[in-house]
Amino acid sequence: MSETAMSLAHAQALYRTMARIRAFENAAEEASKGGVAAFGASLAQAKVRGPLHLSTGQEAVAAGVCAQLRADDLLTSTHRGHGHSIAKGASIERMMCELFGRATGYNGGKGGSMHIADFSVGMLGANGVVAAGIPIAVGAAHALRVRGGGALVACFFGDGAINRGPFLEGLNWAGIHRLPVLFVCEDNRWSATTATGAMTAGEGALARAQAIGVPGLAVNGNDIFVVDAAAAALTAQIRAHGGPRFLHAVTYRIKGHVSVDAAGYRSHDEVARALEQDPLELAAIRIAAIGGVRAVLAAIDAEAQAEVAAAVAAADAAPSPPDAEAYTDIQDTGAGRWRD
Amino acid sequence: MARLSYAQASCSALHAAMQQDALVVALGEDVGRGGVFGQYRGLQQTFGAERVIDTPISEATIMGAAVGMALAGLRPVVEMRVVDFALCAMDEVVNQAAKARYMFGGQGRVPLVARMPIGLWQGSAAQHSQSLETWFAHIPGLVVVAPATPQDNCGLLAAAIACGDPVIYMEHKELWGLEEEVDAARVERLGVAAVRRAGSDVTLVTWSRTLHDALRAAEAAQAEGLSLEVIDLRTIWPWDRETVFASLRKTRRLLVAHEAVQVGGFGAEIAAVVAETLGVPVRRLGAPRIPVGYASSLEAVTRVTPEAILSVARELAKKPAR
Ligand SMILES: Cc1ncc(C[n+]2csc(CCOP(=O)(O)OP(=O)(O)O)c2C)c(N)n1
Repeated sequence: MSETAMSLAHAQALYRTMARIRAFENAAEEASKGGVAAFGASLAQAKVRGPLHLSTGQEAVAAGVCAQLRADDLLTSTHRGHGHSIAKGASIERMMCELFGRATGYNGGKGGSMHIADFSVGMLGANGVVAAGIPIAVGAAHALRVRGGGALVACFFGDGAINRGPFLEGLNWAGIHRLPVLFVCEDNRWSATTATGAMTAGEGALARAQAIGVPGLAVNGNDIFVVDAAAAALTAQIRAHGGPRFLHAVTYRIKGHVSVDAAGYRSHDEVARALEQDPLELAAIRIAAIGGVRAVLAAIDAEAQAEVAAAVAAADAAPSPPDAEAYTDIQDTGAGRWRD
Repeated sequence: MARLSYAQASCSALHAAMQQDALVVALGEDVGRGGVFGQYRGLQQTFGAERVIDTPISEATIMGAAVGMALAGLRPVVEMRVVDFALCAMDEVVNQAAKARYMFGGQGRVPLVARMPIGLWQGSAAQHSQSLETWFAHIPGLVVVAPATPQDNCGLLAAAIACGDPVIYMEHKELWGLEEEVDAARVERLGVAAVRRAGSDVTLVTWSRTLHDALRAAEAAQAEGLSLEVIDLRTIWPWDRETVFASLRKTRRLLVAHEAVQVGGFGAEIAAVVAETLGVPVRRLGAPRIPVGYASSLEAVTRVTPEAILSVARELAKKPAR
């Protein structure tokens, strides 16, 4: 799809996805205050315990890529995966319940932010281990191939993940078998407290993919129109049995590595410049240029915030999983022999 | 003496080792900025980026490169962030670091320290909360250390760096903030346990964070007239049989408590050796064989609490000492 062909309705739908992600991340961040003791924060109880990796500022990547996915397409995600889940169609309420550690969450409170999964929409799971989703995506694509049907797998990972072995091994595998995988390197330029550029040799993610024989595009990951067009082109090539494709989407991690990380290790300038490129703001400008009105976007924002507020209220009211749940869904054979 | 946190204590030991020996280097993700738990704070500023080496997210190569550094004469301190990520470097630990000296007929040594923090860490869930000390204790060639106090995290880290063998050094994530007066000049001996509390009815062997729950259990036991001797193993392999046996000659009853899953845990090894050698009653207490859940209610199920320790100790005390 060429950028000029973007319909107002499609653009507003993309904006809605981004607004829902932003509202979710903001509410999750708020509820995590006083959470995990990393980065010097206190051990006081927060509603969202544990490491919370926010995708604030990266919404256009999730929204643009997932807009090109079908319901039967699959997706693997990362520790920073809320946006991917929402954009693939997961319920905000059940996600928020999971963050709150409730029985009504997607994982029944077993997983939390880093492990949200919704198999019903093809979301095969966030992952607490960097790059671990890459081989899983490749295997899932192999399964799609064996089972037939023309669906594909979208595989999200960060810029830091391209320095782990599974990146090379996974892309090579997808390449030799010409598997239907869209590899999406969501490049927010930081790996925890380290600038990824300083830790990455050569020309970066896309050049590496191309060297393995996986072609693709490098785009401004903050511009939803651009991401949408690139994802449309690449998924069309994959669906035409072209084999794996690679999308290098450059964006920025507006928040710290985890929600309680003040990220004092990077310059104010860098953050200020990034804030000027806020993907929602950019989208609003782009939408205005094709005849959209601000009031419609403002209404979308308000709806998203109301939806998230309701999700927070539901999560707050939901029960914790009973202790007995700690012993379920581990294995069938040998179940019940917990201590021997 | 200075009041130091568990994290600062290890930093001070590493600082001293790097100052004394130009061949000591540290490498890992985010170490240049002080490490995610602040346990490398200031070191890169002092010793430079050639000796405090920031790495890509490449666990296999971090560990493999450290093996190469060690074979070529350095004494690397490797940061794995949490033991769960060290699993991405298992070949490098188990087939390379642990085996090189033996396979090559003694021609090379691998004097590296691999720091792999273990344990629960409020809401970190199944992939960031494991205690896997037994995995490494099972591997010939490795030393396994698990400090429970700031003093030990200084003195044992110093000893681990000085050690000529590969040492798996397992700090506990819930202990980073624990503070005490630390004698930074003190170097501990590996393989030596510490009797943390004297007692006469039951010998309670433990390590790492569980030590603190064991001491609480012992305090509560005292109130009901039950006397627990609490031994902090400190080094898991080689474990200090002499200290444990000396205590058992007095109490004739053994309880081993640890945070790791009880099934196949290191408590089983100690209990088996004690049962085989002394024939006294033994009990183990570890986590049920379940992954660590995210929700606080689920996470709590995996915790070995002072109450649980006391309750097993009570039962054990009813058994006639043999
Ligand atoms: C194998 C592994 N090593 C280290 C970590 C700790 N860790 C979690 S996120 C992260 C940074 C990842 O950077 P990137 O892949 O760029 O993703 P981002 O956090 O920027 O979204 C690190 C080092 C991990 N989870 N897994």
